[in-house]
Amino acid sequence: MTPLLEIENLRVSFPTTQGRIEVVKGVSFTLGRERLGIVGESGSGKSMTGRAILRLIRSPGEVTAERMMFDGTDLLSRSERAMRPLRGARMSMIMQDPKFSLNPVMTVGAQIAEAVRAHESVPRRALANRVREMLEAVRINDPDRVARMYPHEVSGGMGQRVMIAMMLIPRPDLLIADEPTSALDVSVQAQVLDLIDELIVNNGMGLLLISHDLNLVARYCDRILVMNSGEVVESCDAADLHAATHPYTRGLLAAIPRIDETRDVLPVLDRSAWSGT
Amino acid sequence: MPIDFRSRDGILRFFRVLTGFVLTIALTFLGLLAITFFIGRVVPIDPVLAVVGDRATQEQYDAMKIAMGLDRPLILQFVSYVGDVVQGDLGRSVSTNRLVAEDLARVFPATLEMATIGIIIGVGLGVPMGVTAAAHQGSWLDQGIRVLALLGYSVPAFWLGLVGLALFYASLGWVSGPGRVDIFYDGVVDPVTGLLLVDSILAGDWEVFRNALSHLVLPAAILGFFSLAYIARMTRSFMLDQLGQEYITTARVKGVSEWRVIWVHAFAPIRVPLITVIGLSYAGLLEGSVMIETVFSWPGIGNYLTVALLNADMNAVLGATLIIGAVFIGINKTSDVLYRVLDPRST
Ligand SMILES: Nc1ncnc2c1ncn2[C@@H]1O[C@H](COP(=O)(O)OP(=O)(O)OP(=O)(O)O)[C@@H](O)[C@H]1O
Ligand SMILES: [Mg+2]
Repeated sequence: MTPLLEIENLRVSFPTTQGRIEVVKGVSFTLGRERLGIVGESGSGKSMTGRAILRLIRSPGEVTAERMMFDGTDLLSRSERAMRPLRGARMSMIMQDPKFSLNPVMTVGAQIAEAVRAHESVPRRALANRVREMLEAVRINDPDRVARMYPHEVSGGMGQRVMIAMMLIPRPDLLIADEPTSALDVSVQAQVLDLIDELIVNNGMGLLLISHDLNLVARYCDRILVMNSGEVVESCDAADLHAATHPYTRGLLAAIPRIDETRDVLPVLDRSAWSGT
Repeated sequence: MPIDFRSRDGILRFFRVLTGFVLTIALTFLGLLAITFFIGRVVPIDPVLAVVGDRATQEQYDAMKIAMGLDRPLILQFVSYVGDVVQGDLGRSVSTNRLVAEDLARVFPATLEMATIGIIIGVGLGVPMGVTAAAHQGSWLDQGIRVLALLGYSVPAFWLGLVGLALFYASLGWVSGPGRVDIFYDGVVDPVTGLLLVDSILAGDWEVFRNALSHLVLPAAILGFFSLAYIARMTRSFMLDQLGQEYITTARVKGVSEWRVIWVHAFAPIRVPLITVIGLSYAGLLEGSVMIETVFSWPGIGNYLTVALLNADMNAVLGATLIIGAVFIGINKTSDVLYRVLDPRST
């Protein structure tokens, strides 16, 4: 069986005043219908990796790769127009903050329906039913009322459920979730992640979960990539994370506070251990 | 939230909103009257002297002052001023020797007609140009539109008017020259609205319509060019703002077509600020462009106000100021209403 996603030597660069800088420097991985987590500190290139897969990096940003295959088809050679049938329908992405990633002047129902209508023509009534079912699937009570609401009228947690509904309603095979809960209260983070997890597993989809939270990724993913300044420095099964060898990963692990904590001071990442500066 | 006319609450809310609007309009207008009244008192032009002339005796002067009610307390004078204005009495113009209200009924439609065609051109071309420029930021198309918009800022109106007349009227003969119609069409159709295009349609006189249009097209196009420049520039910057937003990426992630991304997702949120820009631009045109009206001998309010100012014709100045102020209030309130309809976040 061909894997869902095959990435080889992915590079993303941007022009700056000091010349082009690479923010993703040769990332490679394959993803089946499984859950892969990408962790790394802020600015390590996680989001750019996710966006490059959907070919969302616009000029002057530049994406190159030796190989970028989705379900056996080449992503790199596709024109912008040829990407469109894939986006949403086959591969989708949950954005970070529902406050900014939902259109403020469209009802949430219309925005969810649009995700379907961009790819198939469905009669109005059937579409409304499908939106309702999807809102129910993301545990929204009273879906008809919520569908008529505008983004500013829904809470953060609800907004993120709307986002999930919007991205899953065309039944894609791959979901990229870029810090799907970092804009939410801690109390609703677990609910939203459980929901994503359940929908992914039930529909046999592939998940790329991007986060800076090692614990969270370890809990919800099968495999983990650790990124640091644009490179993958560690790749392991979630279960083997504690046995990680790269000093950066060890540093991240050591910085996680524990319930049975006896340390007074959490260690700070010692960059000299791996970057040589 | 948009008003829902199907429910009782919605209808009640509609009337509450409506009452609020009428009240604020009335209050704003009263404020405007207070300002024009005040201006009328502080300018160093003696209204009594303007009537009796400077060879009148002191007795004649005092008698006229009493006859004009100017010996009464200011507040009473203001009340009767408001009463007069409400009844449409703006006094008599000393330079035209006609009622100011009649003068305004003649000159304002001339400006209104030109400004309206101008703003239609400005919006009809400026908005698509601004959107296109933003959608293709940095391309030659964008550069071209930016240069055009810059010209709209730097080219003087009278120069464009003169060059336009020399080229399209004198050389090419595509359009008619200065004035609203050719002299022998003047007064052919009854002035129902004062807008020649509308009046000639009402009278079914297509010859007058064509003639009036060929007179109107050039000055209106020049006004349109100036508002186009402003509207295109603002539209471009509003659109660039929106296109950088996260929800535009969301729309692209969904696989929405680029046309829809631009015209639905990015454009919908800018309708509200755009309305302000268009309203301001239209109000500016309605003030009457003195330059254009002079170059084209257009009998509009800009010309009228200038002549009145030069002749120290206070009644005419105040009357024209009042009309312009009322236009601003009207346009402001209209954009307020449109805000509420178009922006779900306004309550
Ligand atoms: N348009 C751009 N031009 C130049 N540099 C950019 C641009 N966009 C992103 N970068 C840089 O790319 C690097 C990687 O960004 P990215 O958003 O992938 O980080 P991240 O790992 O997702 O971080 P975070 O956890 O903060 O979301 C950052 O250093 C950022 O400054
Ligand atoms: Mg990120």
